[in-house]
Amino acid sequence: MLPAAERMVSSVVAKVIVFCVALMPLIWLVTDVVLGRIGPDPGQEITERLGIAAFQLLLVTLLITPLKKMTGWPGWLRHRRMLGLFAFFYAVLHVFAFLQLILGWGDLWATFTRRPYIALGAVAFLLMIPLALTSTKAMMKRMGRRWKPVHRLIYLSAVFAWLHFLWQARSDVTEMVVYGLLLLALLFIRAYWFGVSSLVPLRKSRA
Amino acid sequence: MLIKRRPSWSLPESEVTPRSVYLNRRKFMTGAIASAAALAAPGLLRAGGSPTTTPLTFREAPEYSTDEKKTPFDAVAKYNNFYEFGTGKGDPAKYAHEMSVDPWSVEVDGECARPGRYALEDLLKPHDYEERIYRLRCVEAWSMVIPWVGVPLATVLSRLEPNSRAKYVYFETLHDPKQMRGQRSLFSTIDWPYREGLRMDEAMNELSFLAIGLYGETLPNQNGAPIRLVVPWKYGFKSIKSIVRIRFLEEQPKTTWELLAPSEYGFYANVNPEVDHPRWSQKRERRLPSGVLRPNWMETRMFNGYEEQVAHLYKGMDLAKFY
Repeated sequence: MLPAAERMVSSVVAKVIVFCVALMPLIWLVTDVVLGRIGPDPGQEITERLGIAAFQLLLVTLLITPLKKMTGWPGWLRHRRMLGLFAFFYAVLHVFAFLQLILGWGDLWATFTRRPYIALGAVAFLLMIPLALTSTKAMMKRMGRRWKPVHRLIYLSAVFAWLHFLWQARSDVTEMVVYGLLLLALLFIRAYWFGVSSLVPLRKSRA
Repeated sequence: MLIKRRPSWSLPESEVTPRSVYLNRRKFMTGAIASAAALAAPGLLRAGGSPTTTPLTFREAPEYSTDEKKTPFDAVAKYNNFYEFGTGKGDPAKYAHEMSVDPWSVEVDGECARPGRYALEDLLKPHDYEERIYRLRCVEAWSMVIPWVGVPLATVLSRLEPNSRAKYVYFETLHDPKQMRGQRSLFSTIDWPYREGLRMDEAMNELSFLAIGLYGETLPNQNGAPIRLVVPWKYGFKSIKSIVRIRFLEEQPKTTWELLAPSEYGFYANVNPEVDHPRWSQKRERRLPSGVLRPNWMETRMFNGYEEQVAHLYKGMDLAKFY
């Protein structure tokens, strides 16, 4: 095989693997539901697990740039779009599960205005929408230099998602602290390498 | 003259253990080993994760029981809030076996004529057990229907003879980080032990119940073994588990959730569909087990449907203020 073709095959294989791994939380969830292992309050459990999966994938997406920088291998970048879209995918399912299984589509306005933790989650989710829409190659080309500053909104989205998570703690915040430290490390390392301004969304980067 | 010197190890005949005692000791040892094994066996079983409940004798109390469909035992015993063992709903069922509930004693103090440390058996002995099927409404907007076995709280408290200064009764859960892994957590914001309290007239209400069992057997550890409170017209967190202290007080005690988040949880914590939790609505509840795609929603009732028995306790009180 030609080296170029070989590279393409291995890249496709890698993508399939990443795809399958990113799909695991959903597969586990569906398996638990089908086998009746989801517990007596499935709505709550399903919603929580989808939310956690969305947040975890957001963190993994944020890990790509540091991995590239540390290993010097640009190949990591090929997986970033799919991981980000998976984070969005789980966020969509999480929001839908919340509306259908917990809220029951009633009290929508009151829920979002009177319950700050839900408002925070909603902001985190809404910020992801433009990123998902502009994630295609064609959009990247069209937006050119404006693409990157727009996509820095992911930092804001991740911070809001974490606050949304933290606010739901009733007493023990161990899990939230662990995720918070991971997010902090991912943001800090960027500030260290590229300067604090590299974290500010919508600001034009100097060419 | 021969002077006989007794070596240091020598003993006079009088000190020799009689043969009968010696034999008895052997018997005792065999017995001790057998009972140690018997004691260890449930522990071994527990370590294996199997339930170690034992059947109870009781009479049914239909006058205090709902005829709604009972929540299956499996859901009752595997879906718990018992933060002493972790904050996940499945954590208590996984880790509560690390708590030993036998022997158990309850310290009684404060404004009463009969304070002291009571072995659980002594606290319960004079009373007959009854089964009451109560609704349990959690502040998190889910609910269950549970057949409890136990004794009315009032009969136990009366025997302790609270005096006229006793306006409140206060309870504490066991505090032992060695047995309760949730209490070892670095990032827990609860100031252990878990504390709860009732106004004296609430405690003496006919519905207030001390449960020692459910579904006809002793309580699984995760449900608050060996003795817990059940106050069905209040949110579940008022029904304190694994009680080690009962104290009669003149002043209203501070309770755990009230201390932690006073804007979210009050001392009274009566089930009330009109007063929302700041983070969610209390108008409806999911009766468990709930469906996967369609939650088993039902309207939440005032005082969890026990208005007739308890509404008089709060006459003239603004329940939006005293939530």
